[in-house]
Amino acid sequence: MKYPAVFSMAAILLFLFLWEGACRYYQVQDFILPVPSRILTVAITRSALLAPHAGVTALEVLVGILISLAVAVPLAILMFAHPSVEKALSPFLIASQAVPVFAIAPLLVVWLGYGMASKVLMAAVIIFFPITVNLLQGFKSCDREYRVLFKLMGADFWQSLRLLLWPWALPHFFAGLKVGVAVATIGAVIGEWVGAQKGLGFLMIQFNARLQTDLVFAAILWLSLMGIILWFIVGWLENKIVRWKFENKIPEKDRN
Amino acid sequence: MDAIAKNHSLSFSLLSEHNTNKGISILRVVNLTKRFDDLTILENFNLTVSPNGFTVLIGPSGCGKSTLFDLLTGVVPKDNGAITWNQHRVDHVGRNAAYMQQKDLLLPWFSLLENAMLPARIGKADRVKSEIKARGLFERLGLAGFENYRPDKVSGGMRQRCALVRTLMFEYDLVLLDEPLSALDAITRYSLQSLLLLLQSDFGKSILMITHDIEEALLLADELIVLTSAPMRIRRRFTLASPKPRRMNDPFLIDLKEHVLELLQEDL
Repeated sequence: MKYPAVFSMAAILLFLFLWEGACRYYQVQDFILPVPSRILTVAITRSALLAPHAGVTALEVLVGILISLAVAVPLAILMFAHPSVEKALSPFLIASQAVPVFAIAPLLVVWLGYGMASKVLMAAVIIFFPITVNLLQGFKSCDREYRVLFKLMGADFWQSLRLLLWPWALPHFFAGLKVGVAVATIGAVIGEWVGAQKGLGFLMIQFNARLQTDLVFAAILWLSLMGIILWFIVGWLENKIVRWKFENKIPEKDRN
Repeated sequence: MDAIAKNHSLSFSLLSEHNTNKGISILRVVNLTKRFDDLTILENFNLTVSPNGFTVLIGPSGCGKSTLFDLLTGVVPKDNGAITWNQHRVDHVGRNAAYMQQKDLLLPWFSLLENAMLPARIGKADRVKSEIKARGLFERLGLAGFENYRPDKVSGGMRQRCALVRTLMFEYDLVLLDEPLSALDAITRYSLQSLLLLLQSDFGKSILMITHDIEEALLLADELIVLTSAPMRIRRRFTLASPKPRRMNDPFLIDLKEHVLELLQEDL
């Protein structure tokens, strides 16, 4: 294990230790702030209750990601191929970011109902922006010399896209996706808060109303775990797909 | 004509412009002009590359050599002038010339072989045939055994060799070289210079090369053209008739080096 990991683990343990200690010393009641050990215990012992709802939330997030990808990737390509389309659409893209998506959550529930659809759309809308913008930026970052080389080889747009621009943009795409999956969970949960019959967000509202604070925290713990797992899956995919970026390289100075 | 040039008129001769335009040419440029806003890069620039000839352009940096290549390949449109390819007027020779530059421009996600085969792949050439050709070139240029390595796993010299294979995979008669070796160290550069000679001697290419390395120019050129900057003009032409490969200890080349250096310094 590398040293930075040791330090961050130590910091987390210290924080949890102080939390536990402070709660016990000041005898804070469980419904105000439960101790970490209790949260962990509840998160494990009540997993039969939590797991099905976590599954629903995870499904919402995953479907949201897939829908987002299905729209964002073609759109980024279209915007790159036709700068006029980019100019026309960029106000909408920026607006989709400027309007807090959470503010439209109640509307989505009105339009799409209490089922999964409104939550899926929440997650999708949130991920959409970082993916589109990063992918477009990735395409644009391709050096002019490489594009000239492809032009001289007689490559058409799709050949350039497949052989040059897409692999070139992949690291940017994954950067966007990592940001996206981290916030997508938040989108789905907020959708569930507003109105739902299932999901971790729905559970949290129920527990909160009954002052079952330890269960609220347990749900949060599950959510965080989901976010972290998603993040690592994307990181793993990135490592698999963008291999040339991560494998050991000969140092620049020893190249000649 | 100055003293040094006179002394060695046997090994190299100074030619006036109309002399070089005689005979067959593969590429001919007449009165080429290019301006960017108020800045005149090229004005009435003339140039001839003879079939299987090795023409080297040398000049102060920023004199417009790379713009000339951009005009020739059609990356930048010309303002005025004519480009003739095998006696035919053309807009540019972007579809007739392979282009190799200082940067190897290898794609990091492809192996060396895949990189070298890109021109064939994009041109939808027969895969088996082009792979046989590429593997043969790998053998020839000392890259055998490294076909499946990715560019970041090999040395700068090998990367540039691979770029050279890619250049040869274009089935074009003319090769444009824009300082192809200037990013390499002296030892690697020396070994690659002999490979550049192969382009001419074994592959029958016509070569137009830009460099700012005088020795490299003297070792490789059949015709050496010294340029002035802003706007770029031909300062002097030298025809070098001595056989290749050459060595820099040739007294004629040593004198000529001094002479070219003087010409270049006058322009500063």
